[in-house]
Amino acid sequence: MFFRDTFIVFRRQLRIALREPAWIAIGLLQPVLYLALFGPLLEPLASQLGATNAYTLFVPGLIVQLAIFGALFVGFGLIGEWRDGVIEAERVTPASRTALLLGRVLKDVLQIFVQGAILIGLGFAFGLRGSIGGMLIGFALALILSTAVASAGYALGLTLKSEDSLAAVANGVTLPVLLLSGILLPMTIAPQWLQTLSDFVPIKHIVQGIRDLFRGDFMTAGVAWAIVWTVILVIAGLWIGTRTFRRQNA
Amino acid sequence: MIHATGLAREFHTKRGKERAVVTAVAGVDIDVAEGEIVGFLGPNGAGKTTTLRMLTTLLQPTSGSATVAGFDLATEPVKVRQNIGYVSQSGSTSSAALAGLEVVDHGMLYGIGKAQATARAKELFGQLDLDGLWDRPAKTLSGGQRRRLDIAMGLVHDPKLVFLDEPTTGLDPQARANLWTHISDLREKLGSTVFLTTHYLDEADALCDRVMVIDHGSIVASDTPDALKRQVSGDLVALSVGNEADVAAAADTLAAIATSEVTIDGLLISARVLDGGRSMPDLLRALDRAKVEVTSIESRRPTLDDVFLTLTGRSLREGE
Repeated sequence: MFFRDTFIVFRRQLRIALREPAWIAIGLLQPVLYLALFGPLLEPLASQLGATNAYTLFVPGLIVQLAIFGALFVGFGLIGEWRDGVIEAERVTPASRTALLLGRVLKDVLQIFVQGAILIGLGFAFGLRGSIGGMLIGFALALILSTAVASAGYALGLTLKSEDSLAAVANGVTLPVLLLSGILLPMTIAPQWLQTLSDFVPIKHIVQGIRDLFRGDFMTAGVAWAIVWTVILVIAGLWIGTRTFRRQNA
Repeated sequence: MIHATGLAREFHTKRGKERAVVTAVAGVDIDVAEGEIVGFLGPNGAGKTTTLRMLTTLLQPTSGSATVAGFDLATEPVKVRQNIGYVSQSGSTSSAALAGLEVVDHGMLYGIGKAQATARAKELFGQLDLDGLWDRPAKTLSGGQRRRLDIAMGLVHDPKLVFLDEPTTGLDPQARANLWTHISDLREKLGSTVFLTTHYLDEADALCDRVMVIDHGSIVASDTPDALKRQVSGDLVALSVGNEADVAAAADTLAAIATSEVTIDGLLISARVLDGGRSMPDLLRALDRAKVEVTSIESRRPTLDDVFLTLTGRSLREGE
């Protein structure tokens, strides 16, 4: 029953998303713009950043950015649905509450999967070269991260129930995370105090680990930390999300 | 079908550092028999929706117990959900989604197979005058259509008991009357038991076998609509005159047909009159004979406000 409920919710969400092709196009266009308009700036800097291929630095950052930013704003859609009464209508059915959350999260992860696959594919066209196996594992980590972020994003939306508050909180979180996790430029070139500060941001470790994987360095401390943090975040994210969907006043 | 005793709900709110306890529902007893259409009448904030949310498993009661559709609310909430339909005040369909598929998906969440849910949804579209709207996004439907779609959502799994929260709020009179027909049909054609909330007396009158009036979280009356209305006799006729000099003559004329005392507020004179609409032409002719210059006149059916006034001795403001 649980898997069936999850699938029904997933299919409904996907169907609604596909009815808004403009949003999907914008979602696809963003990583492409980063790749085309920012990537070339990094190419001459690659050797100074300690990399032989600028795109093994850049594409992992973009993938993580996609996983976080693509998933953090899912709460907006949920607030719209809540206002339409959909959440309450679903909650009077016998369907599992966790399925109501997971079906939605799966749709978001699928969307990020498609966008990320296009991003990596285009990365090759721009000159990305590295370990294919590492890229697959790194991409998988990013998708697990997006599961965590989407769950938390839904919890946030359902708790705040206001687009304005959600925008404030989401923007408040994303900017420091973006700057401190070395998504655009690796933190290794940062002054010591900034590096120390960024050590407290889990996303930084995930980005670093995925960069190692893209280069083909599997047995590094960076990869181990990336896996540890991804697992911690996905457990925390799903726990918060499930708890919010189960809560009686949601 | 519903048997609730002492059902109560408190909310904890924080006002600054002080914690306050707000009693939304203060222990209500509700008994609804199979096949009954019962209305829950009360002003906004009286506890109607909170009670409904408790009976539909969406909110846990602070105290009290209930069996709904044959199952205990506290111990078998999933069984309760399987056997009830709930049409909430805020709607149930996503604006962007297609009308027909929303109903099918909803049915499937009740465990119904896709083919059966589709067949049932199509049947409901026919019964609820939604023909031709299957492939339309919900946001393109009119208010009345969207409300009927909500009802289709609540009925897709053939529930024995249907809860309707303010089913006609925000609809134009024609759409309301049309929806009333469909709600009556729930019992006549499907044999469902219906529990609805409203703050319109005419709605309760048109639909319900029995009305419970709720105020401040307690049930203050439970009777047939006719019995409730008998406590308020007549429609309210209110007229205003052009100048001070005519007030006394107008009040006298109105008093001749009034069933209540005449109230005068500046240039506004009002009283209760049996069948206000029908007595209006005679009243106007009489006022004309008395040389009273009337600037406006209206007749209003008894409202919840009037019943309330009679039951609780104080007025309430509707539509807030």
